[in-house]
Amino acid sequence: MAAPASPSTGTPFPLAHRLRDAGIAGLVAMVLAIPFLGLRTVNLDQGLVVQANLAYVPLAGVLVFLGRLILGLLAAPLAKAVAPLTAWRPPASAQRLRPWGGPLLVLAAMALPFLPFANRYVIDLGTTALIYILLATGLNITVGLAGLLDLGFAAFYAIGAYTCALTTTQLHWGFWPALAAGGLASSLFAVLLSLPILRLRGDYLAIVTLGFGEITRIIILNWQGLTGGPNGVSGIARPTLFGLTFDRRAPAGGQTFSEVTGIAYAPEHRLIFLYLVILALTVLAAYTVARLRRLPIGRAWEALREDEIACRSLGINPTMVKVSAYATGALMGGLAGCFFAARQGFVSPESFGFMESATILAIVVLGGMGSQAGVIIAALFIVVLPELARGFADYRMLAFGLAMILIMIWKPGGLLSGRLPTIRLSTAKPKPVAEAA
Amino acid sequence: MAGPLLQLSDVHASYGPVHALRGVNVTVNEGEIVTLIGANGAGKSTLLMTICGNPKPAQGQILFQDKSLVGMPPHLIARQGIAQVPEGRRIFPRMTVLENLQLGATLADPAHFAEDLAICYGLFPILEKRQAQRAGTLSGGEQQMLAISRALMSRPRMLLLDEPSLGLAPLIIRQIFQVIEQLNRERGMTILLVEQNAYHALKLAHRAYVLASGEVVLTGSGRELLANEQVRAAYLEGGAH
Repeated sequence: MAAPASPSTGTPFPLAHRLRDAGIAGLVAMVLAIPFLGLRTVNLDQGLVVQANLAYVPLAGVLVFLGRLILGLLAAPLAKAVAPLTAWRPPASAQRLRPWGGPLLVLAAMALPFLPFANRYVIDLGTTALIYILLATGLNITVGLAGLLDLGFAAFYAIGAYTCALTTTQLHWGFWPALAAGGLASSLFAVLLSLPILRLRGDYLAIVTLGFGEITRIIILNWQGLTGGPNGVSGIARPTLFGLTFDRRAPAGGQTFSEVTGIAYAPEHRLIFLYLVILALTVLAAYTVARLRRLPIGRAWEALREDEIACRSLGINPTMVKVSAYATGALMGGLAGCFFAARQGFVSPESFGFMESATILAIVVLGGMGSQAGVIIAALFIVVLPELARGFADYRMLAFGLAMILIMIWKPGGLLSGRLPTIRLSTAKPKPVAEAA
Repeated sequence: MAGPLLQLSDVHASYGPVHALRGVNVTVNEGEIVTLIGANGAGKSTLLMTICGNPKPAQGQILFQDKSLVGMPPHLIARQGIAQVPEGRRIFPRMTVLENLQLGATLADPAHFAEDLAICYGLFPILEKRQAQRAGTLSGGEQQMLAISRALMSRPRMLLLDEPSLGLAPLIIRQIFQVIEQLNRERGMTILLVEQNAYHALKLAHRAYVLASGEVVLTGSGRELLANEQVRAAYLEGGAH
């Protein structure tokens, strides 16, 4: 009675089918390998010469054939192996820890620079990760909460950075007023941008925001008189702690941190200070978003993502909701940009290309749209993973892409796709909701 | 008040290329249930949506409390006190039942919230049990109840209901119509109801209009239209359950 051909429902295809499938893949690989691997250009004395190296072609075919065959045979056991992983849910007891998750994470992040293994490299990496968390927290408002796809978020990042760069170098402002100016300038541009695109939805909105991102970068690149064009702006003011700098020697009329506190000068102090500044900004942004979600404006953002027509029938003005979502998101992008400029001491248009917008969007999507915890995990993943893969630098983007594909297969809604309700009830009885403003 | 609560005179409107309304005159008085019936594509839903400001009427006048709604954007029309329960319910699926109701109360004074919530839970007790659940996981009937409750949370002067019985089981339909009737009787809610389910709708209507090809072809009290031969032949065959 046994059916040896199909021992389990997991392997519906017989070996012959697998072989044919692998054979086709191998053939396709060989055809593709002819131009990719079989022909290469070599720089000889008489110029560029095409060299045929067809030995690679059958090799590629065999490799792909074997790879496809093994993948096909392993697909079912692999799916079975990861099934518990994809179905994993945090245990109910973890729910009680949830309110403590945020503060604990902040404490851990604050302690990081003082841990024994925290060298310059770790602190620098942490600062970069926090910049991306702040950026993605901002984009998460527009994309995750309000559901407005934005492919040009790096424009707000750039506007913040250049506002900071120009106010500190041209007007000789300090870092802190420049930070406020950077955030406000980004927000203002977001309001101006959002006015023409309010009527657009979906794909069209994405294209226009993509265009806005590129236009901003190109204007910065070409407005040589103001922005220095491709040379960028250097000499941007460093952040200070109540007027104290972190330099070895105090500037004229100023004092350094080490002079006042009596702690011996160390170059790491500046890094630690920068890290704590961006940590404070990020925590403030995340806290603001968490609060806003419980206020009418935040609820309206989410309602707009769900159904614009229903929103209007409830008396919500979609224009105001969209503009406020763009402006709040851009404010955070501008703050991140300003911090970035002050940290580097130098900005140039290269830092704000489309790849930057795409990376920030990838963090939001990977994290699970609208989830703050998801943003943090995804930002760490996206910033730290390429660093870990530095050893095989040439394949970094390959590994990165592979990791993205795997996440989207196993967690199509993002790492944390569940949405947290903004009000919860501790008891079965409905409490009158006081904050229903 | 001098005039009726809502008055449409000679309203023309197009939905895309379709000239869906061709000079419609409809009045709704304070405290009435008025029903619009008609076949598919007769312009019933378009009429409700035109009152709500999308599409805008090409011609004609719409007065609510003697104030013209023509040219007003939808969210401002809602702020006049007109709450719409849109076709297909259009609840916010990823948000919880309670959050949906909170959004319904966007326009209302927050001081009323607990009271209004209790009223809605009184009308539809199942919503109280489901309040922490995501609205998208509710059954069709529960979603319709949520859509009606959400509209009520704004304390409207008038409720527009677009096919509340669509796709629901007969038992649920009966419950929903009972609530509509109860709202009108106990709270004096003015209701404009669009329905395919002509039998139920006409039974509870004070007055009714029959729409065909974008025009009002017949009007009268609910009872009159229920007894009318033409109406029986066109809209009630096999529908009297």
